Amino acid sequence: MKTFSEDGILMADVDFSGVTKKVCLSFTPEVDIGTYVVVHVGFAISILDEQNAKETLNLFKEELL
Amino acid sequence: MKFVNEYRDPSLVRLLAEKIKKTAKKNWTIMEVCGGQTHSIVRSGLNKLLPDNIQLIHGPGCPVCVTPIDLIDMAIAIALTPNTILCSFGDMLRVPGSSFDLIKAKALGADVRIILSPIDAVHIAKKNPNKEVVLFAVGFETTAPTNGMTIKMANDLKVVNFSLLSSHVLVPPAIKYIMSDPESKVDGFLAAGHVCTVTGYKQYHELAKATDTPIIITGFEPVDIMQGISLCVDMLEKQETGVKNQYSRVVKESGNRQAQELISDVFTVVDRHWRGIGSIPSSGLDLSSKYKTFDATYRFTIKTDAPSLDSGCLSGMIMQGKCKPSDCPHFGKKCTPQTPLGAPMVSTEGACSAYYLYCDKGSS
Repeated sequence: MKTFSEDGILMADVDFSGVTKKVCLSFTPEVDIGTYVVVHVGFAISILDEQNAKETLNLFKEELL
Repeated sequence: MKFVNEYRDPSLVRLLAEKIKKTAKKNWTIMEVCGGQTHSIVRSGLNKLLPDNIQLIHGPGCPVCVTPIDLIDMAIAIALTPNTILCSFGDMLRVPGSSFDLIKAKALGADVRIILSPIDAVHIAKKNPNKEVVLFAVGFETTAPTNGMTIKMANDLKVVNFSLLSSHVLVPPAIKYIMSDPESKVDGFLAAGHVCTVTGYKQYHELAKATDTPIIITGFEPVDIMQGISLCVDMLEKQETGVKNQYSRVVKESGNRQAQELISDVFTVVDRHWRGIGSIPSSGLDLSSKYKTFDATYRFTIKTDAPSLDSGCLSGMIMQGKCKPSDCPHFGKKCTPQTPLGAPMVSTEGACSAYYLYCDKGSS
C-alpha cells in the first residue's frame, strides 16, 4: 500500500481484504501504512485504535464467559 | 476481515442477549438512530434475541429517506437539462419524486452517473469542461465533509462547471425533535457511531440532559449493537441519563478535527425540511456564502411544480418510531423495492428495505 498526491489531495491505495481502492486521506493525514482505517464513500474518516479494539473484546470475554 | 469478524461473533451476541435479559426488569423502548444499525439489527435477527420487554424502534437516520421530495424533483429537473451531468450515490436513483425517479430520467436520456465517492464527481467535471456537472449531496455529518471536500477541490482547481445540490441533515436536532413530541415512546438512544466519528460527542452530553435520556454512541456490527443495548438498559434500570461511548475503538470524544474544520468552512447551518417529518430548526447544512457560486440552486433557475405527497407512504411515522414497516398496509403489497411508494423501501439504510429483505411479512 502507498500514499500519493492527486489534484493536491493526499490519497492512498487501501487494501479492503484483497480489493485495492483509492482513498482520500485529507481527514486522517497522520495515518501510517499498515494502519486500519474506517472508510466512508472513499474517505478515511477515522483511524482504528487497535489496542482499544482488542481490550474491548477481552473485556467482553472476561465479563461474559 | 480483521476487527470486523470479531464483532460478528454469534457466541458473544448470545451472551450479551442473556445479560440484557437478566438486567432488564421494566419495559424499555430504545431507538437506534442510524439506518445502517437498523439493517444490521434486522439482518442478524438481533431484535428476536431480545426479551419481550425491550423494544427497538427505528430512527430517522436514513439520509435518502428524509431528503425532501421537492429536492428530488429538482435533481430530476437538473438531470433533464441539456448539457448537464447529474452525479449521485446509487440509492437516490430509485427514490420516487412527484412524477418519477432518477432512473426514469436516465431512461429518458438524462446523463445520470452513479458515483462511489464524491471526488469522482469532480473528476467527471474536469473531464467534461463543456457540461455542467452537479453532485446530488445527500447525507448526515459523516458524509458532509466528503461532499464539502469536492467544493474545496473545485474551488482550488478552478473547476467552474461543478456545483452541489445539498440536502445535508444533522442528527442532534432530529433527536431533540423526536423527544419534543409528547407521544414519543423513546426511553433511550443508540446514537450513530460514524456520525460521531466526525462530530465527536461533546454536544451529546447536553442533548442527553435536555432529553432526559441515556445516549449510547454505538457501532454497527452485531456485537456493537448488543453491547450498546446492554449499556442503555443498564442506565435505564439505574435511572441514569448521560452519554456512553460503546464504539471507542473508532469514535473519540472530540471527533475528527480536520473534518469539522472543513464542514465549518464550506457549510452553514440552516433549517431543513425532513421528508415525511416536517421542518426541523437548524437541522441542515447548505453551502456557506463564500461558496455560493457552487450551489446548484443558485446556478440553475429551475421551477418545479408543488410536490405531490399523497403516495400513501408512512415513512414519517416509521422514521419517528411511531410505527414499524410491517404496520403499513402497503408494505410488501403495493410497495416493494421494484415499485416503491417511498424512500425507506429503496434506501440501503431504509427500515422498510431492511424488513422486506430480512423479515417475514408481518413479523417485527
